[in-house]
Amino acid sequence: MKRGKAFISTFLLALFTYLLLTLAAGQSMVEEAPLSHLLWSLEELVLGISVALIVASLTDHILCRKRNYRMLNPVRWIVMLVYTIPLFIEMAKANFDVAYRVITGKIEPAIVKIDPELKTDLGVTFLANSITLTPGTLTVDVDDEESELYIHWIKVGTDPTENIAGRFVKWIRRFAE
Amino acid sequence: MTWPIMVILILLSISLIFNALGTIGLHRFPDVYTRLHAATKCTTFGTIFMTFTVMAYSVREYVITEEAKFLNMAVHTLLALVALLVTNPTGAHAIARAAHKMGIKPEKAVRDDLKDSEVN
Amino acid sequence: MIDLNMYFYGAVGAFGLYIIISAFRVFLGPTVPDRTVGLDTINTLVIASMIGLGAAMWETLFIDIAIVYAILSFVTTLFISKYMEGMEGGEA
Repeated sequence: MKRGKAFISTFLLALFTYLLLTLAAGQSMVEEAPLSHLLWSLEELVLGISVALIVASLTDHILCRKRNYRMLNPVRWIVMLVYTIPLFIEMAKANFDVAYRVITGKIEPAIVKIDPELKTDLGVTFLANSITLTPGTLTVDVDDEESELYIHWIKVGTDPTENIAGRFVKWIRRFAE
Repeated sequence: MTWPIMVILILLSISLIFNALGTIGLHRFPDVYTRLHAATKCTTFGTIFMTFTVMAYSVREYVITEEAKFLNMAVHTLLALVALLVTNPTGAHAIARAAHKMGIKPEKAVRDDLKDSEVN
Repeated sequence: MIDLNMYFYGAVGAFGLYIIISAFRVFLGPTVPDRTVGLDTINTLVIASMIGLGAAMWETLFIDIAIVYAILSFVTTLFISKYMEGMEGGEA
């Protein structure tokens, strides 16, 4: 039963994606229900479950590779959704910053090393992608063992770890660690 | 002009402006790293606003016509947005890493910790 | 009052212009990563225009294709980057 939990998580994720993609795409199995045109037909459900079973049996060794099931907790998913709001604000700032540099051409780049002290792969991935999308910074390389990130900074400043990652690390700790 | 149309047009113009900035930055910056800054941030942001536009548009059409296919369209656009948010920064990261491994130095750089760590 | 679809067609036309401008970066280079950045930008713009066309023509299929195109172009970028890592110098 060691594979069971990974299999079920993969199956549920695949089925959820399938149901989202076919939402409101055809006839419902319950004709009289309110909003029935939004629901799924019986054929769609059968097909979705069989495809999700095939996908889960082929790929259950990829998802949850470290056999750590902390992401099954729904609170983490909600925090992840809330995290998109500060991320979006930082992205808006980033774009005005890049717009300013496109127009004036003022740059002073450097590659700096930061040590965010995140332990999980998911956390490091989230942090690297968040850094790439926010003001003046771009992840160049990741040190896998130490989980240190090398960042290309378009206008170099002081204290890179705090200034680049400080805003995100406390958010990412909440859902990925 | 009613307010839903105003909202859709404003979102559409933001998308066009930021995609234009990304394209201009691709030609104005001196080296591959700074070009990645312009290309990744601005085009991702512009395309996110394009998906917001289409979502707002399809929800408006759904409210008017009550045809289920417009809701289907909004959900698919949301999935396209998720796919974009995951793939675009990762691709930029892969290009930057490959460029650094090829030995391309960042232009006008004042500091390069990654090169120092490889020397040691 | 212009039909809303027309605005989407106009936006797609603008994206087409941006794609042509980005293509100059692919031609001019000077290094392989520069060309790849140009290609990556073109991919994102193609996704944006597909989504716009899907809305203009009321075709959800176009948006499905945009999702698949996003994932495939990501794999292409990763593959080119992996290939580039083995190269030396960068002028090409």
